[in-house]
Amino acid sequence: MVVPVQYYLALSVALFALGVIGVLIRRNALVIYMCIEMMLNAVNLAFIGFADYFKAVDGQMFVFFVLTVAAAEVAVGLALIVAIFRNRGDVYVDNLNILKW
Amino acid sequence: MMDYVWLIPLFPLIGFLINGLVGKSLPKTVVGTIGSAAVGLSFLVTVAIFLEFLKLPVDARSVEKVVYTWIASGPFTVSVAFLIDPLSLIMLLVVTGVSTLIHIYSIGYMHDDEGFYRYFAYLNLFVFAMLLLVSANNFLLMFVGWEGVGLCSYLLIPFWYEKKSASDAGKKAFVVNRIGDFGFLLGIFLIFWTFGSVNFTEVFPLAAKYPMGSGVLTAITLLLFLGATGKSAQLPLYTWLPDAMEGPTPVSALIHAATMVTAGVFMVARCSTLFVLAPISMTAVAAVGALTAIFAATIGMTQFDIKRVLAYSTVSQLGYMFLACGVGAFTSGIFHLMTHAFFKALLFLGSGSVIHGLHGEQDMRKMGNLKKYMPITYWTFLLATLAIAGIFPFAGFFSKDEILFHSLVSGHYVFWGIATAAALITAFYMFRAVFMTFCGESRVDPHVHPHESPPLMTVPLMTLAGLSVVGGLVGIPIIQGANRFKDFLAPSITPMVHEVHAPVWFEITMMMFAMAVAGAGIYMAYKMYLKRPELPEKVIEKIPVIYDLVYNKYYVDEIYDATVVEPIKNGSDFLWHGVDENIIDGAVNGSATTVGWLSSHLRKLETGFVQSYALAILIGAVLVTGYLIGR
Repeated sequence: MVVPVQYYLALSVALFALGVIGVLIRRNALVIYMCIEMMLNAVNLAFIGFADYFKAVDGQMFVFFVLTVAAAEVAVGLALIVAIFRNRGDVYVDNLNILKW
Repeated sequence: MMDYVWLIPLFPLIGFLINGLVGKSLPKTVVGTIGSAAVGLSFLVTVAIFLEFLKLPVDARSVEKVVYTWIASGPFTVSVAFLIDPLSLIMLLVVTGVSTLIHIYSIGYMHDDEGFYRYFAYLNLFVFAMLLLVSANNFLLMFVGWEGVGLCSYLLIPFWYEKKSASDAGKKAFVVNRIGDFGFLLGIFLIFWTFGSVNFTEVFPLAAKYPMGSGVLTAITLLLFLGATGKSAQLPLYTWLPDAMEGPTPVSALIHAATMVTAGVFMVARCSTLFVLAPISMTAVAAVGALTAIFAATIGMTQFDIKRVLAYSTVSQLGYMFLACGVGAFTSGIFHLMTHAFFKALLFLGSGSVIHGLHGEQDMRKMGNLKKYMPITYWTFLLATLAIAGIFPFAGFFSKDEILFHSLVSGHYVFWGIATAAALITAFYMFRAVFMTFCGESRVDPHVHPHESPPLMTVPLMTLAGLSVVGGLVGIPIIQGANRFKDFLAPSITPMVHEVHAPVWFEITMMMFAMAVAGAGIYMAYKMYLKRPELPEKVIEKIPVIYDLVYNKYYVDEIYDATVVEPIKNGSDFLWHGVDENIIDGAVNGSATTVGWLSSHLRKLETGFVQSYALAILIGAVLVTGYLIGR
């Protein structure tokens, strides 16, 4: 059974859109962070879909790269969030608004 | 000995450095001794070189001594080098000799002054610059000396700088001199542009090949002469010299009578090769000289400040020197320069002695009968006055007679007439000064007790008096153009092409006539200021308008103020308040305000919320992607 590439893409778009909305509207830095992960994985899904469609492994290789970057991001991002929490007692991004004029 | 010519300016420089750097902590006697000894040593070296020079054959009497190469740029080189020739030797002797006497005199005159060390440092620096000026072998080094003496003049006129009038006079001298120096500098540029060199020994032979009346030589000489009018206080740039009398009297004697102001005459004589080829410039020199001579002399008749009388007299005598140069008698000009240095230095030092004895009084209306209290000053002053009036056998007679004679025989009858009239007035106002100061009724303030000056001051007076008496004798025999002074100077001077000879009886008649003119001036002064002291008042009542005009120095200062100073002030004021404050500052401040206004609004875009930035990124990404897809 072959899943048509359109299904992959539709799911990927849906996940990506959810991720974007989450990044833009959620207050909690940890949730925003998870939404970013979701956007990355939506991209991964699109890669895999195209790899299957074109019968080429390039897409699957890129997924590994993305996973590596995501892992590195986790290390840095979570450390930042922990540092912010220790400093301020919460991780709500709308309280982190002093970076302005 | 000639290899050591660099010692001549070196000694005053050392004196300047010692007195200028550590003079403050030295006792006054040491400072004065260092200052005088430095110049005295220069004088001795000059005399030694002069004696050696006299042994040289006439055609070898121009020696260049290079100390080091100052500027070397391609084929253009300028050296710090000295030109020893009759002209520079005469100037060196006059400058070092008169300076030595005035330095010694200054020890006595400035004795109570707090700025004693400063005074001697400046005076030595002046002598250094002046020696550089007269002994340089190129225009550039000469210009260095030229500016150096200008600087010292500026430092010494407002020596008592806490006095407003003195510091104003210093500024005036500096600014007026700048105008002349600008002309001189342009002249040097034009010389370099034309001849590719500024060395006298290279420029003059090249210039001699130019045709008579060549345009470029006329331009060069007129520019150089503009420099000379500034430094030597000729029309129209003479106004600074009378004001320069605010300085200490020995400074007036040394800088503003005997040496610095004659630099212009020296320069014209030095460039005689250029001038004789430019008839227009020669006429300009003669005309300016003659007009200045009579113009300043008439002002001198009406002044009451003894130093101002002498100042206008200096301007007038400098006019004589330029007249001599302008009619082609350069040697007569230098001759008068030398004799004038003796008697005018003596007159100033004598007036300084009077001022010293009267505790600072300079108004001749508050003097009178001082010969009773200051016999030495009186007699030396009288000798100098006889010399400047041109009475045989004093120094001024020989030089002045030569100038009058040459202006007549060269066919400049108008200039001769003016110069003769000026000679009459000179004799009149100088004896007016003598009678008002030393003779007649005493008008001295009863609280002031006049006294003769100490020997430190009277010995230089007597030495200069001796020179004023015999100084003219170097010019004998004066008749038939045979003149030892002239023969000595001949290697340095390019004479006019046409040498005119007149019969002996004519020369003798001329001398008699000059004497008669001087005698008439003296008699007039005697009549008006000794015999009938009420007479001047009556004369003034007869011609109030003319007297007023002359007494106020023809309102030249006021005219300059109205036509030059005020417009420049107003123009500067407009440039300051109008252009600078509004347009330039407006542009700068305006752009700053615009940027500030813009950023005060734009900064509101920066909310500080991370998510609003994320939204901006998203919108940007969508727009870019949309563009790439829809392209």
